[in-house]
Amino acid sequence: MRRADLAERSGTVSEQGDHGGQGVYLYAVTGDLGEDGRREGLTGILGAPVQVIGHRGLLAHVSRVPLDRFGEEPLRRHLEDLDWVEGVARAHHHVVETLADGTPTAPVRLVTVYHGEAQVRDLLDRRHDDFTAVLARVAGRREWGVKAYVNPATAATEPGGSSGEPGPGGDSVAGSGRESGGSPGTAYLRRRKASLHSRQDLWRAAAERAERLHAALETVSVAGRRHRPQDPRLSGRTDWMVLNGAYLVDADREEEFAAVPAPFREQGIVVELTGPWAPYSFTDASIGASTEAPPTEAPTEAPTEASP
Amino acid sequence: MSDPRARPVLRDSYAPTAPAARGSANLGDILERVLDRGIVIAGDIRVNLLDIELLTIKLRLVIASVDTARELGIDWWEHDPWLTGKNRELLEENRRLRDRLAAVEQHSSLPRPPDPEDLAPEQTGRTGEAGRPRGTERHGE
Repeated sequence: MRRADLAERSGTVSEQGDHGGQGVYLYAVTGDLGEDGRREGLTGILGAPVQVIGHRGLLAHVSRVPLDRFGEEPLRRHLEDLDWVEGVARAHHHVVETLADGTPTAPVRLVTVYHGEAQVRDLLDRRHDDFTAVLARVAGRREWGVKAYVNPATAATEPGGSSGEPGPGGDSVAGSGRESGGSPGTAYLRRRKASLHSRQDLWRAAAERAERLHAALETVSVAGRRHRPQDPRLSGRTDWMVLNGAYLVDADREEEFAAVPAPFREQGIVVELTGPWAPYSFTDASIGASTEAPPTEAPTEAPTEASP
Repeated sequence: MSDPRARPVLRDSYAPTAPAARGSANLGDILERVLDRGIVIAGDIRVNLLDIELLTIKLRLVIASVDTARELGIDWWEHDPWLTGKNRELLEENRRLRDRLAAVEQHSSLPRPPDPEDLAPEQTGRTGEAGRPRGTERHGE
């Protein structure tokens, strides 16, 4: 074990007496802009004070976490616990957000934990150029999220398509009286089929609109990313998410950016702007692969088909 | 857990939100960012990133366990006639048809097909994962 090593080195970071069984949790890296780096009163996970480790012009923002909860084994267990994850995620996000509000910030992924200060300093040394590149890229810019939804029930206006609500009435589809006439089963299946076709057309049209919206947003931003659409259960909406984009926008173009969706809102899609966010989606300047999502697939069954 | 948790925020976040509502960002958006984005660095504590990917997938599936979902107002499946409720008349019709079929088969002394349930459409409410269409649970990845 490196416990002795840890205890010996961590003195400057933690005022807490007992260093045994403590790890260093890394939230984000910023540039060292002088005395401004440390946020008074900023607390992170488990309410621990957020501290800084400075090295070669960079600041790592960290707090102490108990290894009996943030060690490998406990983490593996805890990560299965949504409540636990939510608490950590919110605390992590709070720190990152607070930092990013005042200074260019490179957010680090959830639960990045080191044994001690020395290891963090070593990281700042090894990845110095990467961090510097990311920070330069996000300076003076903020991330905005744009999500677009289409509501299958209200947006279906094509002639011949069903209303998108195939259920109750039974009178919405032309020709349902032919063939084995009265059977609600065959009528239902026929409506079902028509509905699926119109849904696919609808989806295609909506995806094209989303494509144009994304392109328009990119013209007023430094960079754009399309992330995979959120599951309806995560987004909390029944509508189809046709765009889940993130855009890095220059401070002086934010108004312009926010105005882009307006004309698209009139084309049957609901557009939601979120942010400003810390530049979570733009930390890949030279670190790792981009998280660009493949284009959205048309649901052959509507997205609402998954069994709960 | 002893950490303070902003439960009310979770609830509120699913209500219609004001645009650019900083500080009341919804849980889904936050999880998506802190788990899927941000710089990936190997810490000393090795959390297998695969575990995390797994977790995010699981979250997408698990976050709305039925009760949680109702609490959050996510109840779309309750309005989908294909999934519940509205196809009751179909089930009824199916049962009648099967009864008639059985009667006919008895009459003509044809052998009964091994599994008459096959005639029913997918969602017969017969529980059992076996009858569920494959692949519908894991979209998104």
